[in-house]
Amino acid sequence: MKRSLTLFLTVVVAVYLTIVIANAGGYVDKIVETELMSNIVMRFKDDPSFRNLSEAQQKELIESRFKYEMKRRGLDMPFPIRSMYHLRDAITLNLGRAMYMTSDSGSALVRNIILERLPVTVLLFTTATVVNFFLHLFLGLRLSRKYGSFWDKLVIALSPTSVIPGWFYGIFMIMIFYSWLHILPAGGLVDYPPPSGAIPYFLSVLKHMILPLASWIIASLFLGIYQERTFFLIYSTEDYVEVAKAKGLTPRQIENRYLLRPALPPVITGFALSVISSWTGAIVTEAVFNWPGLGQVISQAISYFDAPVIVGVTVVYAYLLAITVLALDIIYAMVDPRMKIQG
Amino acid sequence: MKGQEIISEYSFRGILKEVLSYKAGVAALIILALFGILILYTVIAMPYDETIALWNSSTAFLKNPRNAEPLWWNIFSNKKKPRNIELQIEINSSNLVQEGSILKGEAKKDFVFDYDDFPTELNIFFKANYKRSAPLVRIYLLRPDGDKILLKEHELRSQDDTLYLSNDFSLENRLDTYVRSKISESIDFSITTTRALFMRYTNKLEILKGNYSLIIEAELNNREDSLIADAVFYGSVYGIAGTDHLRRPIHIALLWGAPLDLSFGLGASLSITIIQLIIATISGWFGGWTDALIQRLTEIYMVLPFLPIMIMISLFYKLSLWSLLIVVVLLSMFGFGIKTTRALVLQVKTLPYIESAQTYGASSWRIIFLYIIPKILPPVVPGLVASVPVYVFLEAILALFGVLDPTQPTWGRIIEDAFSNGALYKGYFYWVLIPSFLLILTAISFSLLGFVLDRIVNPKLKEL
Repeated sequence: MKRSLTLFLTVVVAVYLTIVIANAGGYVDKIVETELMSNIVMRFKDDPSFRNLSEAQQKELIESRFKYEMKRRGLDMPFPIRSMYHLRDAITLNLGRAMYMTSDSGSALVRNIILERLPVTVLLFTTATVVNFFLHLFLGLRLSRKYGSFWDKLVIALSPTSVIPGWFYGIFMIMIFYSWLHILPAGGLVDYPPPSGAIPYFLSVLKHMILPLASWIIASLFLGIYQERTFFLIYSTEDYVEVAKAKGLTPRQIENRYLLRPALPPVITGFALSVISSWTGAIVTEAVFNWPGLGQVISQAISYFDAPVIVGVTVVYAYLLAITVLALDIIYAMVDPRMKIQG
Repeated sequence: MKGQEIISEYSFRGILKEVLSYKAGVAALIILALFGILILYTVIAMPYDETIALWNSSTAFLKNPRNAEPLWWNIFSNKKKPRNIELQIEINSSNLVQEGSILKGEAKKDFVFDYDDFPTELNIFFKANYKRSAPLVRIYLLRPDGDKILLKEHELRSQDDTLYLSNDFSLENRLDTYVRSKISESIDFSITTTRALFMRYTNKLEILKGNYSLIIEAELNNREDSLIADAVFYGSVYGIAGTDHLRRPIHIALLWGAPLDLSFGLGASLSITIIQLIIATISGWFGGWTDALIQRLTEIYMVLPFLPIMIMISLFYKLSLWSLLIVVVLLSMFGFGIKTTRALVLQVKTLPYIESAQTYGASSWRIIFLYIIPKILPPVVPGLVASVPVYVFLEAILALFGVLDPTQPTWGRIIEDAFSNGALYKGYFYWVLIPSFLLILTAISFSLLGFVLDRIVNPKLKEL
């Protein structure tokens, strides 16, 4: 509880920093002001009595109303105070309206645009990280038993390939499986037009997931296995493991009780870092594979120069990271009782 | 790791010797040395400002083919793709003949066409020198089978006029009728200008290989007038790295991409590591509220969405690569590395030599910079080297989103160009593969070096 409170404060500060950065060029202010101005002009345009006024009078009226509205919303204040209003809006996910983009359901609210795409991102990258996690754990454990074997050496030799990020492998995946072999789609979420019926739709999504998923798995495979294997090797030289061996426990029992258990906290730390970096990697991978998630919202917003959307997505990402950190804290406390005592 | 284990002396030569005792280390150093030579050559032979101006000029590469593959790409295909054929034909007082009231000149250039594919385009660039009225030119192509085809009769519109013959629809229509009249059977392919000129007149699309000549006839009005025609039959292979959609030779950008990318990567990882080292040492040494503050800051930095913020900043402020480098450093200086380095500092802090430094009255800053940092530097170096690729790829990511300065040619920029021009869908693989290969080579060599260094400074890993 206390932890989630500090984390919330952390998010607030992070969001505030985001706002300050975005606003150093006056962008957040501009977003609010253009929205306000267009609202006022629209309202006056609908008013017949307004049209009878002279141009100078019209202008004056708009100006005075604009100033009044700015004051009413506290936007004429100096930046430190004004930024607090922006902060309040951002924290409550009141992210304003997009300048050009709309969500698939037609809404121009940044929040709707983002919320609509979020599940698609989560679908792909949660699958990828979870698959990676268990794959590394399982193969690492297997490999630590075959220390020094051919496979062990191969994994060590191939571990530098993991410096190349997943999205970069994605480019090659597209080249091989789409441009060359024509067997898998280059990107997107489903076929176009989307197949009707739940099962064909699901299969189509699955087909589109193969390449991005595969490129993520390949990207971290060897280094991941290598790291896990090293953890297990370090723990397998501990005295209590020797004792367990001497007691005549089966290898499986030793693994479960004396290797996995103590190795779990560092393994989970590694997992935490990979989840956090996956949020970043997701942006690029989605751009490469045209995966209609949050990352694609960013790249679309860039091409439209839609500032509110970019600020909004950044704020949402801060939230996502914080939630990830919190969730991992909880898991950490579950697997490592020492943490609970330290609290 | 116990404190005692990090006490060992390192000399540059000693480290080099140890690195070279690993195969991976040798490979990494060879690749990096090659890059070094390449960068040195680029910086000396191709001055930055000139190259950038050239790269961004719209007229410098008019005579290059568009989207041409590299010359060596031919090795992988059994078809011999055409190279650029450039013919310079000159008409001046030496080959002018008086015919009635006008001066007539004729010149001819022979060339051999024995490639397995048609030229992609045909343009003629004129450079004329005339006083009163412009010359009239007739352009013919003499084929190996004896056919002489009139390509165009044209009065020059200016001193440097250009004829885009392969985009000339009336010519294409005329050639189409001509070719169809020659072939009795029906044909099932479209006839473009370059095809009509270089095909065998059968109902199959085949190339007529052999000796061709381009003939230019000009009618001039004055003896001093002269004319140079530069005819280019565009090929589909060019240079060591091919050309892009704007006819620019990609190798220029690849060459300058190396120093730009590597200095971005090295600059970022070097400055971030050093700043993190200093911050972590301060945090670990002073403890108390300084420590608490720094630790909270690292936690805030952990939830700061790095890439979205980077994209936001580079999009809003239109920064150059170097200002962006500063932003990267600012956004990463309280990164995760601080936690691990701080743990090291806490170990070193308890060592006797620090205590003795304190007893003779060394200041905190002296201890931090002269006694602690040099001590914990070795374990940090492998991470530094291994993180260079991260920032090289970051540059590529930012380029991919199109938020970098578009005038600076970097590897990522080339890949972005290739992507946005559909290289993956149209099959221009060289355009993506070559810069990608360089990126991978850089990344792997730095990571191998980091890997080897890690084993040297952490001898415990050697056993595993």
